[in-house]
Amino acid sequence: MIEPVFLSLVLFLILIFIVGFWSAGKLRKKSRFLQEYFLGSREIGGFILAMTMVATYGSSSSFLSGAGAAYNEGLGWALLAMTQVATGYFVLMVLGKKFAIMARKYDAVTLVDFLRLRYGSKAITLISAFSIVVFIFAAVTAQWIGGAHLIASITDLNYTSALTIFAVVVIIYVIIGGFRAVVLTDSIQGVIMVGGTLVILIGTIIAGGGVTQIMGDLTAENPNLVTPYGADGSLTAAYVSSFWILVGVGVVALPQVAVRAMSYRNSQAMHRGIIVGTAVVGFIMLGIHLVGVFARPVLPGVEEVDQVMPLIAMEVLPAWLAGVVLAAPLAAIMSTVDSLLLLISSALVKDVYLNYIRPDAEERKVKQMTYIVTSVLGVLAFAAALTPPDLLLELNLFAFGGLQSAFIWPLIFGLYWQHSNKYGALSAMIVGVGSYTLIHNVWPEPFGLHSVVLPVVLSFFAFLVANLLTLKRT
Amino acid sequence: MSKHHPIEEQDPRFKIANREAIIGVILAIINFIWWYGFAYGLGSKPVEEYTYVFGLPAWFFYSAVVGFLVMLVLVIVVVKTVFVDVSLEDEEEKGDMR
Repeated sequence: MIEPVFLSLVLFLILIFIVGFWSAGKLRKKSRFLQEYFLGSREIGGFILAMTMVATYGSSSSFLSGAGAAYNEGLGWALLAMTQVATGYFVLMVLGKKFAIMARKYDAVTLVDFLRLRYGSKAITLISAFSIVVFIFAAVTAQWIGGAHLIASITDLNYTSALTIFAVVVIIYVIIGGFRAVVLTDSIQGVIMVGGTLVILIGTIIAGGGVTQIMGDLTAENPNLVTPYGADGSLTAAYVSSFWILVGVGVVALPQVAVRAMSYRNSQAMHRGIIVGTAVVGFIMLGIHLVGVFARPVLPGVEEVDQVMPLIAMEVLPAWLAGVVLAAPLAAIMSTVDSLLLLISSALVKDVYLNYIRPDAEERKVKQMTYIVTSVLGVLAFAAALTPPDLLLELNLFAFGGLQSAFIWPLIFGLYWQHSNKYGALSAMIVGVGSYTLIHNVWPEPFGLHSVVLPVVLSFFAFLVANLLTLKRT
Repeated sequence: MSKHHPIEEQDPRFKIANREAIIGVILAIINFIWWYGFAYGLGSKPVEEYTYVFGLPAWFFYSAVVGFLVMLVLVIVVVKTVFVDVSLEDEEEKGDMR
């Protein structure tokens, strides 16, 4: 089992390094370093846009833990996962052409750039950059831990050596290639994910004796597995529906997603991105989670549910094909880490260093800083992943909800409400993150909803009230 | 001089952009109603009364599988018929290039 998996991993790494070096070639030719390195010079086409969007919101969490949760909870979890179909069209339609046009007008390279120029407030810029660094760093570390465990489990390397290989590959890759390399890898990964999901799904259905047979087996084991309410009936309609915010529409406010919404070439690319993105995200989400559900009668009694996907792939597919397919979750983790690393580095170099420390830095100096910051971040994340501090793991669970409650209204009102001002935006950020921190820690799942819902609502009203009170001042 | 950049609402492209953003919101609302209605409308019955389509419980089939396909078709139709191609470039920059 080891050899074909190992071989396909090596082939995969070779392939993405070719992409990386090709992108590095582009990087040398482009005259505007920051625009190219952090945004691919806004030249991203429709298909790649769709794939990188899907890879960014899907990531490894769906492929490994999503399938695992579906294995435990049954069809209810697959229903929950389908809330993500909305991201396929919602993000690009709602941020839409306005965001793309404004970003070009402002010459913005990051989400923070956009907020800074829209509101003209130092406090907003620094709070935004700070929250991106903290939350995303935690997310990067958690992804690295996942990646290293995955490599360790399918190759027999120990955790430390797996982590080292993974870290070296990722750091070199991000440094040489930048955004363009990252989105191209996302596309390769997306294609592997679509193909892999389809193949595993078919294999699992055949191994389980057909869908009717599988549903019968599940009903016999625990009828709750075929209801929308989860294995022990605890997935309430209110709780599952609140995922419409956390992994559905709230995704517009994640900085790693928003930056992609300013990277596309033209409006045709955006149109194509919407259609392809919706198709791909829907198919992958449905497929992955059905595999998780269907795997239960085929492979009963899996304890480490994150391993369901690799185990079922090795069970139902010929060895060489399982190897190819298992490159997908690794690809997913890699591309997520790559884009997150790039995001932190953009927050530090573009949003803090260039704005407030050395606004007059020359191009050569900026380039140097970017490479240094990216490498240092990579090494720090590596060190953190070796012996992960508890605080970091806690922050990771917290990260996406935190970023959403911080950014959603400053971004949306900033785009669509002409009279929105910095007082509104700042209040929304403080109330959003503050109430999320509080609720997450002392009152999880208020009214049966996920803890992100209430802060998003509170942040909305904070924006409105503060903005209306200060309307005359601006 | 303020660094604050208000949005210039007179840009005709923003009318198009605003309309398309509203379409995105409407699609999400339709998506949610379809998803919720079929899942909890059909799925709250006792398991013995479930009907099955292609082996899947009807609630899941209509909510998750058909719901996804319906949304995909709606998205394709809307993008192909309502969405408009506009230049995303800054007006002045465009002027310079000519």
